[in-house]
Amino acid sequence: MNGADAVAKCLELQGVTTVYGYPGVAICPVYDSLLDTKIHSVLVRSEANAAHAASGEARISGKPGVCICTSGPGATNLITGIATAYMDSIPLVCITGQVNSDLIGGDVFQEADITGAAESFVKYSYLVRKASDIPRIFKEAFHIASTGRRGPVLIDIPFDIQNQELRRFEWPEEVNLRTYKPTYYGNPMQIRKVVTALEDCRRPILYTGGGVHLCNARDLVRAFSEKFSIPVVSTMMGIGTMPSNHPLYMGMAGNNGNLAANKAIADSDAVILVGARIADRAVNAPQKMMANKVLIHIDVDPAEIGKNAKCDLPIVGDAKAIFEEMLKQEINLPDLSEWVESLQKVRKGKSRAVAPKLFVDPANFVNVLSSHMEKDAVYVADVGQNQIWSCSNVIMQEGRFLTSGGMGTMGYALPAAIGAKMADPKRQVVSVSGDGGFQMAMMELATSNQENLDLKHVVMNNGSLGMVREAQRFSFNSRFTMVDLNGGPDYEQLAKAYRMKYLKLESNEDVEKTVTKFLNAKGSVLLEVLVDEDGIVRKTGGAR
Amino acid sequence: MKRIFSVLVENRSGVLSKVSGLFARRSFNIESLAVGETNDPDVSCMTIVSSGSKQTMEQIEKQLNKKLDVIKIKSFENWQSVTRELILIKLRYNKSNREEILSVCTLANAEVVDAGKRTMMIQMCDTPEKVQMLLDLLSGISIVEVARTGILALQRCVDTEK
Repeated sequence: MNGADAVAKCLELQGVTTVYGYPGVAICPVYDSLLDTKIHSVLVRSEANAAHAASGEARISGKPGVCICTSGPGATNLITGIATAYMDSIPLVCITGQVNSDLIGGDVFQEADITGAAESFVKYSYLVRKASDIPRIFKEAFHIASTGRRGPVLIDIPFDIQNQELRRFEWPEEVNLRTYKPTYYGNPMQIRKVVTALEDCRRPILYTGGGVHLCNARDLVRAFSEKFSIPVVSTMMGIGTMPSNHPLYMGMAGNNGNLAANKAIADSDAVILVGARIADRAVNAPQKMMANKVLIHIDVDPAEIGKNAKCDLPIVGDAKAIFEEMLKQEINLPDLSEWVESLQKVRKGKSRAVAPKLFVDPANFVNVLSSHMEKDAVYVADVGQNQIWSCSNVIMQEGRFLTSGGMGTMGYALPAAIGAKMADPKRQVVSVSGDGGFQMAMMELATSNQENLDLKHVVMNNGSLGMVREAQRFSFNSRFTMVDLNGGPDYEQLAKAYRMKYLKLESNEDVEKTVTKFLNAKGSVLLEVLVDEDGIVRKTGGAR
Repeated sequence: MKRIFSVLVENRSGVLSKVSGLFARRSFNIESLAVGETNDPDVSCMTIVSSGSKQTMEQIEKQLNKKLDVIKIKSFENWQSVTRELILIKLRYNKSNREEILSVCTLANAEVVDAGKRTMMIQMCDTPEKVQMLLDLLSGISIVEVARTGILALQRCVDTEK
């Protein structure tokens, strides 16, 4: 058994079934060893997309996604994917090949100091020095990636180490890291304090972020909200915590969020923030916003507590463990019906008239598309105006909403949709991109074909980089530059080139009909939706 | 506010760059950084002096704690600790200022550790304030080179016994 065989065995022992990557000579031994396992290797068309696909898989399976690339350019290409996962706390194990140990530092062909380059985007990284360390390193890497605040772990393996013989494969029973012991259970004293604080408040809300999904606490948070009739608002990453039509759900908060959600935050006297970092896009001036209320912050990462807003009652730990405990508490809350009704009134007041224009109204389109999707479908949104239209107008039931929230990486949706579909082939997966982001990732249509995936892709085509165009309109006096995407492609021809079905939506009258056709078609479909390049998402979230 | 972080880390290659990189990435200030092995050869101690708002100081400790190579962090203020810094100064001297230099050394408790015909080297180990005082006293003299360790600090015994 050599190092590469050990890698393959470790992946098997971790229950990995699919890896995403791109080979090169420096990682050939690992891919060769994988041939002798049941692990399926998916060949992407560009390395960053291997990480995005692994991210999409991880978000659906709840287990670390694995990507494997070669040294040098393969590894550096991967960085954007790693950074994207890091910003959204997605568990990944990223494996890169490296040049021979004795050549490291010599600037030889396809050498890159990847552990150094990726340092600020990884939870931890390893440069493997001897093959006998591989079992321990892999056991640790999967543990680190999938516990505490989730995140990517990088393992860089020199070519000679992949070929080095192992005398014995020693798989550690458990991980023993003296420097890493993340808090799982919430402190009982703090939980008691939260109970007291809640009993004293009149207008509490739950404010949920991506952490709720990452630790699989969605159902518990829902149960808690329902048990005590506490209204819920979410961040973009928290979308899906509650079904959109739930009477206690007030929608997404923030600059692009809706009125009821923002009113809920503004008028509340206690906010239970769960797995969210109060990022700049969610709350404009967090310090001011949270000033006149009790902020209860539940997060697995103590560094997030008090980072962006002063916290009154911190609970460090896993949201799932904490809500299990919170549900057992006896809390004598005052009658909240008046509070809930006041928010429901605002929520219901939101009217959405479809703009009678030459183009498709994207807000209405997202609304119709998502409400026709299957109950547990996965909606993967890209970045740009399409992301704002998506997150502000998506109708959620029991499904998931995936997007690159922290990093805002264009081209995330298509590869992430591939990973999501690989994780759960029975689930309906739809990616929604703008024509900018789509062109950054459309080479992955080949990957999707190669895997015979049934994916539905939407391209909102305005021939323009809409988000930047909008910024130039308001901040640069409409001096538009670098935003015209008039070089094509012809999406019908493109779909044909990739042997996919193609549909086009040009007007608001056809939305229902086309969406139904799109979602019900067998096999992958590309739906081109013509939207206005002068469309605005600013402050309205695109909702009308 | 100024704060001293005494950080025990795994004694491995790359750890110094990971810790200093964290300060760079999050725009935390480093006033002084000193590293050395502890009594356990697997563990190094990094003494980092930083300054900034109370919230920044809190973030430094929390972010350091997230680094998997960091074993333990103690943070304290100057008055809660014994601080020392060692400085080596190479000076150009001549007959006329030799006595003055030696009297400054006596005054500051510095010692001459090496001397040539035109240059001499003096050493001093004391609190950072005293080290600065010595440099100020020597400001009229031609200094050739200076090397200082950065601040080393340990929490005062009364505090650590608690």
